Amino acid sequence: MRCDSFVLGGLLGSLSLLVLGGLGALLIGRMSSRSAVRLGMGTAVAGCLVGLIVTLTALVARADVVWTMPWRMPYGSLHIGVDSLSAFFLIPMFLLGGLGAIYSVGYFGSWDDRNPGRFWPGYHALVAGMTLVMLARNGFLFLVAWEIMSVASFFLVIYEDEAEETRWAGWVYLIAAHVGVALLMALFALLGRGHGSLDFSLMSAPAGAAGGFFLLALAGFGTKAGVFPLHVWLPEAHPAAPSPVSALMSGIMIKTGIYGFLRAVLLLGATPIWCAWVLLGLGAVTTLVGILFALAQQDIKRLLAYSSMENIGIIVLGLGLGMLGLHHQSPLVAALGFTGALLHVWNHAVFKSLLFMGAGAVVRATGTRVLNELGGLLKRMPRTGAAFLVGAAAICALPPLNGFVGEFLIYVSAFKMLFGQPASAVWGVVIWVTLALAGGLAAACFAQLFGIAFLGEPRTQTASEACEAGAWLRWPLYILAALCLLLGVGAGAVVVLARPVVVQMMGVAGVEGVGVLEWPVRTLLPLTLLALLVALLVVIAIWAVVRRRLMARAPAVRTSPTWDCGYAAPAATMQYTSTSFAQPLTKGAALFLRPETRAQLPQDVFPISATFSSTTPDWAQKKLYRPIFEKAARQLGRLHWIQQGRVQWYVFYVVAALTALLIWMVWS
Amino acid sequence: MTSGIDSLLILLILLNLILLGASRLHNAVRMVAAQGFVLGALPLLMQSSGAWKAALLLGIGSALLKGIVFPALLFRAMREIQVRREIEPLVGYASSLLIGVGGLVVCMVWGARLPFPWPVPSSLVVPVGLFTAWTGLFLIMARRKAITQVLGFIVLENSIFLLGLLLTDAMPLLVELGVLLDIFVAVFVMGIMVFHINREFDHINVDQLSALREDAS
Repeated sequence: MRCDSFVLGGLLGSLSLLVLGGLGALLIGRMSSRSAVRLGMGTAVAGCLVGLIVTLTALVARADVVWTMPWRMPYGSLHIGVDSLSAFFLIPMFLLGGLGAIYSVGYFGSWDDRNPGRFWPGYHALVAGMTLVMLARNGFLFLVAWEIMSVASFFLVIYEDEAEETRWAGWVYLIAAHVGVALLMALFALLGRGHGSLDFSLMSAPAGAAGGFFLLALAGFGTKAGVFPLHVWLPEAHPAAPSPVSALMSGIMIKTGIYGFLRAVLLLGATPIWCAWVLLGLGAVTTLVGILFALAQQDIKRLLAYSSMENIGIIVLGLGLGMLGLHHQSPLVAALGFTGALLHVWNHAVFKSLLFMGAGAVVRATGTRVLNELGGLLKRMPRTGAAFLVGAAAICALPPLNGFVGEFLIYVSAFKMLFGQPASAVWGVVIWVTLALAGGLAAACFAQLFGIAFLGEPRTQTASEACEAGAWLRWPLYILAALCLLLGVGAGAVVVLARPVVVQMMGVAGVEGVGVLEWPVRTLLPLTLLALLVALLVVIAIWAVVRRRLMARAPAVRTSPTWDCGYAAPAATMQYTSTSFAQPLTKGAALFLRPETRAQLPQDVFPISATFSSTTPDWAQKKLYRPIFEKAARQLGRLHWIQQGRVQWYVFYVVAALTALLIWMVWS
Repeated sequence: MTSGIDSLLILLILLNLILLGASRLHNAVRMVAAQGFVLGALPLLMQSSGAWKAALLLGIGSALLKGIVFPALLFRAMREIQVRREIEPLVGYASSLLIGVGGLVVCMVWGARLPFPWPVPSSLVVPVGLFTAWTGLFLIMARRKAITQVLGFIVLENSIFLLGLLLTDAMPLLVELGVLLDIFVAVFVMGIMVFHINREFDHINVDQLSALREDAS
């Protein structure tokens, strides 16, 4: 009982800190930008720290707290609660919220002369909105929180609104978010219809309709998560947003889609088996599309956005395996699948925000996001580069870092499916192939990203003048990089933390098989030992290097240009570009990626000029959505006469509508 | 008691009709002020179950705000921006009156048919409330100046107040005060808007704001 009030009080305190801090920053932003930044950062960090401690306690103590208060809203009630599922998603949210706030101080630093009263309230509202999303136990409250989250992130995306493309990205994001929320409204309204209440505890799907509701939830929440083909806003909004915001959005905001989806699945109860197939199919497509498009990008942050899509695909694959395992009464497959997906939620939150923050530091230092204008940054920003390298290795799923464990559990789950369930063996193969292909492509993709940006020689003047990021920018990177290692080595502990959530997803009956829940731990045990060993080796290696340095006193380091294969007069333009690095891989997928190239090939014996440029636009946006929206705009244009621009007419519309309603009421 | 209420309600109807036919801004503002006083008297007559204090507070508040403060603000705004005295209708005075009478008939018929969960102190209250709402909306629709629109909003609020009186037993005082506050803010906003429109465009005709609309591309 004491634990309950501690959890609730802590979370409400954290929420009020965030709200008050945001309002305070808004009020004093115009007067004193320095104190606004301090207030904004201070309250965000304090609120997130309180929330982090409280949710960790809740998860460890397996708290299941519910708190209700009547609310004078039709169908609404202030019904909030914390269970393992909420707590599991809240922990990375608070972690990234706090680190992002610290990072923002360095990111906006002294160069930004905008009013910080424009940034911090949005940031606080985003964090508070996400908190409320994961606490809400009432459909109405959930939608309100969801909307706060979406609108706050919209304002953060268009924070640097001087650029035309930023405003465009903002619109794409806003439209996508609202299409998603419209679907969610339909979902909750239909689920609550029979019960006269939108409380989650009372909702249930009418018999036989669970499949339809499942698709509705998948589309609504998938829009936020970035499931193919609803991902179009991701590659637009992530690059346009300031880096701390991209880190927060990609790290955890898209996971609210996963959270909401899991919540909806819990509400729906039993779903037909084809739902799991749909999930697996979409997961596989999302993974492959994401990583292929990532490979073809030249904008660092756009590349990272597509890679987020890939990782969401992996998470969805894990969930699909879990659901399929439940259908086959194979708790082993289910437990491994769900655990893998949940682990990947945490891990992706950590390494992706590390990468986005690292990319932000690069953007801050060089002023460009284009890979082909970077190069040689490791010499100029060694510490940022080292942290970025950890993140890149983690996302390529290299042990002992954290990216590996989640994917490994999903692999094992697919393996169990392949050999234990002949009926669904084909899915096991599909998942194996998908994961293996995506893993290889991801390795290529991040080798490209790190190699082009950090290795070699600078390709432009600005890149050669880059210098190391400040401490505010670097410390969050260090913490996240350390977490990458920690979560990889200590994956067993995370599995234990995730266990109550897995139980929640599988239902108590599904878990009763003895030792099912021990499996993920047991699977990871040798791995953890191995990881510890590797970590030990790394530590010894570092120690040896440090010792040699100390022994030698004066650093015996000779600086020389990067090795140039013996060319007499190498130029920076002779290096591989990101396009040429990825070309062997993207060429194979050209039919799918549809890159647009413009080339002026060299002619004559002594060519004077030659150019080549290639972009890979998202065809889902161009071919799928643009025609739909253009058609809709044309049709709706016919209603343009309604917009008279006169107040009198608008009041007339109101009166006409009211009168019609009155007549309807009196006569019926 | 009922006859007192009825006479006040009929007074309200007459004031509405005068408003529809008024051609001078000053007159119109005075009529709205008079409505405020009438509405201030109504709660005292209509309260049923000894909620004297609430009724008194409501009445005095309403009379003060709508009878004195708002008209004073409007007169001041008119003085400061030197508005022309004529009302500049989009629908002529005679036709306004005719439409008003038509509306009155419709409201009388409908008002009687509207189901009401509570016993109503006078059968006239609902129709007059509807008619007042209609007058307010018509003033907003059919007059050109921003100031007349403010008047329309006040009249609209008067009707909400009148219908709200039926619910004083059911609705807490707080709601009424909230409504008064709303309209207070609205008048301020409109006052500022009137001032700004005047400063930017040298006139306060709202219909010319249509130049600001987004055109089809």
